Amino acid sequence: MSTSPKLKSKIPDGTLENKWTKYRSTVPLVNPANKRSIEIIVVGSGLAGSSAAATLAELGYKVKVFCFQDSPRRAHSIAAQGGINAAKNYQNDGDSVYRLFYDTIKGGDYRAREANVHRLAEVSGNIIDQCVAQGVPFAREYGGTLSNRSFGGTQVQRTFYAAGQTGQQLLLGAYTALQRQVGMGAVSMYARHEMLDVVVIDGKARGIIARDLTTGKLERHFGHAVLLCTGGYGNVFFLSTNAMGSNVTAAWKAHRKGAFFANPCFTQIHTTCIPVSGDHQSKLTLMSESLRNDGRIWVPKKQNDTRPATQIPEEERDYYLERRYPAFGNLVPRDVASRAAKERCDAGYGVGTSKMAVYLDYASAIERYGKIEANKQGIHHPSQDEIIKLGKSVVKEKYGNLFDMYKQITGEDPYEVPMRIYPAVHYTMGGLWVDYNLMTTIPGLYALGEANFSDHGANRLGASALMQGLADGYFVIPYTIGEFLSGEIRTKAIPTDHPAFDDAEKSADERVQKLLSIKGTKSVDYFHKRLGKIMWDECGMARNENGLKKAIAEIQQLRAEFWKDVRVPGSSNELNPELEKAGRVADFLELGELMCVDALGRNESCGGHFREEHQTEDGEALRHDDQYAFVAAWEYQADSKWELHKEDLAYENIKIAQRNYK
Amino acid sequence: MTINLKVWRQKNNADKGRLETYVVKDVSPDMSFLEMFDVLNERLITEGKEPIAFDHDCREGICGMCSMFINGRPHGPKQGITTCQLHMRSFNDGDTVVVEPWRAAAFPVIKDLVVNRSAFDRVISAGGFVSVNTGNAKDANNILIPKPDADDAFNAAACIGCGACVAACKNSSAMLFVSAKVSQFALLPQGQVERAERVEKMVAQMDEEGFGNCTNTGACEAECPKSISLENIARMNREYLSAKLLANKK
Repeated sequence: MSTSPKLKSKIPDGTLENKWTKYRSTVPLVNPANKRSIEIIVVGSGLAGSSAAATLAELGYKVKVFCFQDSPRRAHSIAAQGGINAAKNYQNDGDSVYRLFYDTIKGGDYRAREANVHRLAEVSGNIIDQCVAQGVPFAREYGGTLSNRSFGGTQVQRTFYAAGQTGQQLLLGAYTALQRQVGMGAVSMYARHEMLDVVVIDGKARGIIARDLTTGKLERHFGHAVLLCTGGYGNVFFLSTNAMGSNVTAAWKAHRKGAFFANPCFTQIHTTCIPVSGDHQSKLTLMSESLRNDGRIWVPKKQNDTRPATQIPEEERDYYLERRYPAFGNLVPRDVASRAAKERCDAGYGVGTSKMAVYLDYASAIERYGKIEANKQGIHHPSQDEIIKLGKSVVKEKYGNLFDMYKQITGEDPYEVPMRIYPAVHYTMGGLWVDYNLMTTIPGLYALGEANFSDHGANRLGASALMQGLADGYFVIPYTIGEFLSGEIRTKAIPTDHPAFDDAEKSADERVQKLLSIKGTKSVDYFHKRLGKIMWDECGMARNENGLKKAIAEIQQLRAEFWKDVRVPGSSNELNPELEKAGRVADFLELGELMCVDALGRNESCGGHFREEHQTEDGEALRHDDQYAFVAAWEYQADSKWELHKEDLAYENIKIAQRNYK
Repeated sequence: MTINLKVWRQKNNADKGRLETYVVKDVSPDMSFLEMFDVLNERLITEGKEPIAFDHDCREGICGMCSMFINGRPHGPKQGITTCQLHMRSFNDGDTVVVEPWRAAAFPVIKDLVVNRSAFDRVISAGGFVSVNTGNAKDANNILIPKPDADDAFNAAACIGCGACVAACKNSSAMLFVSAKVSQFALLPQGQVERAERVEKMVAQMDEEGFGNCTNTGACEAECPKSISLENIARMNREYLSAKLLANKK
């Protein structure tokens, strides 16, 4: 096996510990005077986009930021709940840069790049410092220091948080930094704008075509470089924890223009989501992984047990994660926990009306916290009622907003009865292939945050998405972009009447007009729901050869049907949400096929990719490192036609092994 | 259940707009309010009619994008939640429900229930930040913050910028929104350096955008989906006054 010559990862020489430090100090610079005449386009305003845009503007570049929402503050990073990891070792519990690096590689089931992950771990501490300096109100201890909690896949407490709203607070920090630059005129903000194509001139990304969603007008924007910070593609499943507008369009257009798409089948199914309640359901709501810190997951020991949870005695409960994985218990990584829940439900032990749910129980945590609190307050011999009351107040402080949300959605009070949870699509580890500089296979086109593939391997650990988004934006791209831009200081702004802009705008317009002209009989959602069902059934938590082959054929057929029978009301010169959705679903219908192709080609199980043909005797994922220790980067050639390029993953510092959380 | 909807339809900002009636049948109590709109829109599309435009994104009550004025109240009848978290079990079979956009001079209607809230972004740009460039931070635990202050700052920072406070206010005042950001930084050591300048600039921008003034009615606090406290407005007034007094001293 050897790496494709088309994939130059540009990993610097030197020891793992020194690569980034040395590279950062030697990467070419752009002098301040030249920065003023260099324009950078940032698409997406989540953690990666906002932090990159703000930082690049601070450095003196001219920056334009685009987002489809009505304000950059609404990007879906805002919904991240639990926390952000950083190797600060404030808890004195043995954490270190190396340990965070190791946990992330292992959590990713040995399918991530060592050098990238180590860099991520190195800058993790800086992120916390930066956010605190911005006034992000992290949770604190009484002495005034920062508070930490645990997350899945680790045995240290390295997760920083702000109640169950960590993503919101971090994004608002980055957003205020961005708005500061907007106010200073260093960033031009284009909200309610959607990127419809990337413009490539002489092999380099030189701009985008964007649609003003309010007026429907197509606009041309030049940039010396283009940064895609457009998030993940979990909405290909229709039901996911993503926001309704989250989409793959920007990344997919880039892919069709030559950017390779890496490991598209690596999707994360999050363990703790509120189960589906009916056909009307439009999205799934996540209950933060931090709940697994204190909650215990169980199902009845008896199949089809219909008794209410509170009437099932302790000895008739199966705490199956604690049983199967005594070392990590309820804190095993998401892929492992999700599969274990599916296994129990498929075997007939599920709970709730749908029987597709397991319990997440807080009763023992409430009692434990109640006793600790009673001790703290000097209450001797507290009554059971007192203990429960104190315990509930502690739980409320830690997780109150999550409990409220659960109650609002289900109508049940989680302080009194265990929550019902089931896994749901949450995050996509796959994304545009990038080199060490975060540049895609199109020179000048970058992908940051969830939009790229690089750091999480086949499974992302909890509280690592926020870390990666902000690492890329605040501390990686401001340095690594110099490698490309230092060669562009003589490039004058290219006028947007260049033929490449003409062509890109024309094809974007044709697609919009085509969607409107079909005037079929079925809504966009009709097709999206059908696609989602195919993906969930055949390319979800468990996959097999026959299912994937069937899915590919079904998706091709569905796509043909879509282009014949979709009905998009309204016109192109106004705010038209159905038209926006139609364009996004059209792209999902292509991406879905590639995900299945990728899943079919990877004849092993690893992380979130579980091929039923490849499992150990006790049902754990079985990797085949001799054949599949590579990144699968797909080059688009034509409809339903891709060429696979492999990037070898060399583990020089970590001994590759089967993951063991037992 | 069956719900009789009266929904504000307005083709664009130039259109005058009107309420239109829709009867939605087979509404499940487990549906969210927005899912009921999904069902209605699906029907309108099939009937060859124009679906209703409304803002929404995360559908878990945190992005601040959804913005419906339901039976005269922003985000509907329940306290402490956004429209996307409002479920149909909060209504009764046969109810008539009136749905309008946020109404405020500073929030012009774009279409149907969609309004332009970019004024909020401009208020933040005027001063709602700590001026610290990336890379200038010292170790996070060098800044010790008493837990009560950190908690208060967090409670203010929990604002989702949805604009319900403006929609609820008879004066279309944005003081709850602006004061939440002013308070967050006024309560934290990181915000002290620019404390006076920040409140002056943000208030000036708020006025320029055409938001009204506060007359202590408290509707904003009652309707805020994140229960942002009116105390923040009091704090902002104090901050503003002391900023002005300090400015006069110079």
